[in-house]
Amino acid sequence: MGADLWIISIAIFCLGALMGALNFITTTLDMRAKGMTLMRMPLTCWAWFVTAILGLLAFGVLLSAGILLLMDRNLGTSFFVPLGTVNGVLTGHKGGSPLLWQHLFWFFGHPEVYIAILPAMGLCSQLLSVFSRKPIFGYKAMVYAILAIGFLGFMVWGHHMFMSGMSPYSAFAFSIMTMGIGVPSAIKTFNWLGTLWRGKIRFSSPMLFAIGFVSLFVVGGISGPFLAQPVLDIYLHETYFVIAHFHLIMGVASIFGIFAATYYWFPKMFGRMMNEPLAKTHFWLTFIGAYAIFMPMHYYGMAGGLRRYSQGTEVGWINQLWPIQRFISIAAFVTIAAQFIFVFNLFWSMKKGKKAVDNPWEATTLEWTTATPPPHDNFGGLTPVVYNGPYEYSVPGAPRDYVMQTDAPVTARH
Amino acid sequence: MGLGLLVVIWLITLIGSYFIIAKTWWLPVGASAAAAGIDHHFTLTFILMGGVFIAAQLGLGWFVWKYRDRGAGSQPAHYSHGNTTLETVWTILTIILFIGLNLASESIWATERFEAAKPGSVQVEVTGMQFAWYFRYPGPDGKFGATKPELEDASLGGAGALGLDTTDPAAKDDVITGTMVVPVNREIEVILRSHDVIHSFFVPAMRFKQDAVPGLAIHMHFTPIQTGDFEIACAELCGLGHYKMHGIVKVVSEPEFNQWLAAREAEKQ
Repeated sequence: MGADLWIISIAIFCLGALMGALNFITTTLDMRAKGMTLMRMPLTCWAWFVTAILGLLAFGVLLSAGILLLMDRNLGTSFFVPLGTVNGVLTGHKGGSPLLWQHLFWFFGHPEVYIAILPAMGLCSQLLSVFSRKPIFGYKAMVYAILAIGFLGFMVWGHHMFMSGMSPYSAFAFSIMTMGIGVPSAIKTFNWLGTLWRGKIRFSSPMLFAIGFVSLFVVGGISGPFLAQPVLDIYLHETYFVIAHFHLIMGVASIFGIFAATYYWFPKMFGRMMNEPLAKTHFWLTFIGAYAIFMPMHYYGMAGGLRRYSQGTEVGWINQLWPIQRFISIAAFVTIAAQFIFVFNLFWSMKKGKKAVDNPWEATTLEWTTATPPPHDNFGGLTPVVYNGPYEYSVPGAPRDYVMQTDAPVTARH
Repeated sequence: MGLGLLVVIWLITLIGSYFIIAKTWWLPVGASAAAAGIDHHFTLTFILMGGVFIAAQLGLGWFVWKYRDRGAGSQPAHYSHGNTTLETVWTILTIILFIGLNLASESIWATERFEAAKPGSVQVEVTGMQFAWYFRYPGPDGKFGATKPELEDASLGGAGALGLDTTDPAAKDDVITGTMVVPVNREIEVILRSHDVIHSFFVPAMRFKQDAVPGLAIHMHFTPIQTGDFEIACAELCGLGHYKMHGIVKVVSEPEFNQWLAAREAEKQ
């Protein structure tokens, strides 16, 4: 009963995600301001657009898988359950395949990790440009990289299943595609560093989290090519090396995106600034804390430490590694405690924060052209007209070090 | 603030890398024929990826400090939208690195998984069930007796737990044990089964891991090259007792193995 309710709730979630995805796609394609060509869109919007396409294609599969699972549980079908016993009792099913479930789940599950990370990639790209006072390095390459990640993201689900009993030949194909997805990811990292290079960096709290994001994306990404190779996955599969990898990249890096975005757009949403000293304290504790939690997991996994062990007493080599678990637990408690600084800052600043001006970060995109907080329909009935790309900072000859998207067209080109 | 970031990012990078370079925690010594090749590729991947990791992190720390805002009147940021040549070179380099690294490892994968066990290898059927491993040897006839799900009763242990059909003549000489005993320097063919849920047969020293899936009999192989006891653990969450689904592979010399197997056969008579 509980499991059925859980499956139904996931199915409802899928429906919601599908509707949301359609909304984002149609809004992006049909409702852009005059002059806002696709190649003038902020990378945040590009990332959300591709994320929505992934959501549209992936959640439908999870919904179908959930319906099949409900039928197996309640209507006597056998999509996923083969002939066999549980606790010595025949299950009453025959002919189904547990691998089919894994395929359906990961066909959704892998695009899902890009659904989690792409928005953070987009908005951190944007913040790096804003706070470096420099145009983003390789805007077009960034857009193509987002598209490539979205496209390849659908062809790599089998890398979760190298040890599952799936054909080893398909493992070969999935592995090549997975290594291929490292290429657009590397392009993005290169461009983030390129954006910082020769910039004039302002260390406001959103920027700290964006820089933290880059660092975490690198450390989380670099373990990907280990796990993408089936030969190394033989040993590393289901160890903490995997936990370290995906928590850093799709977990903590994405969450850094959420923090960066919250500190950045909070003034526009609530008309007040968040408290900077508290935000910086939150950053340092979370950044160091995240590394303290997840770096040791690499070592634990390399020594063969398995995930999902409630006790380390039975397996000799895991028992020896248990002190690492203790260290990780302490680091996790401290890091979790630090999040209350953020929660406090969030609510306190809504009421008591310093009043925000319309464009506190001196940024160029449309949301900063309107009042803070924005009026009904965001622009008070006056839809802005766009003349410039989203990242025109430090344009030679311009009166300020930033040119809004709605300002007169920039002629300087480099 | 820029200096703080530089120090923290560099320290994290150097301390993080130290434990890997010092091999403070590392893979156990390999005890199978495949281990050397896998470990070699593991080290190669570490050197290449570690290089990228250290370069990117040190670069990030350096840039945020060097290009910090030095206040009003200082040099403005460089107005540039990127550099297509650099972008292309970087892209080609990463393609060569990632795809090349992958192709370099595929021959080991092919040996391990594309090729079946050679004829004459020692067959062991490994069955996972909540929360134990059972090992079955076909006996002198070289044939495994039939098993039937309706005969399975875990509380009986041994043949009863596997649901062995004792009316099948091929079942008469099957040997079922709770420890996996194998001869050294012989290829072992593992036939992996599961009764109930997915388990995963993991022997780190052998660099061997494979899920045991209900409904499938998965044929795998490895060649132990060192005698001794090596631990097995279940690597796939299989229920509350997952953490204690533990076993031993005992690698012995071939005469000892034959002696052991003969003694088990004799016990059955």
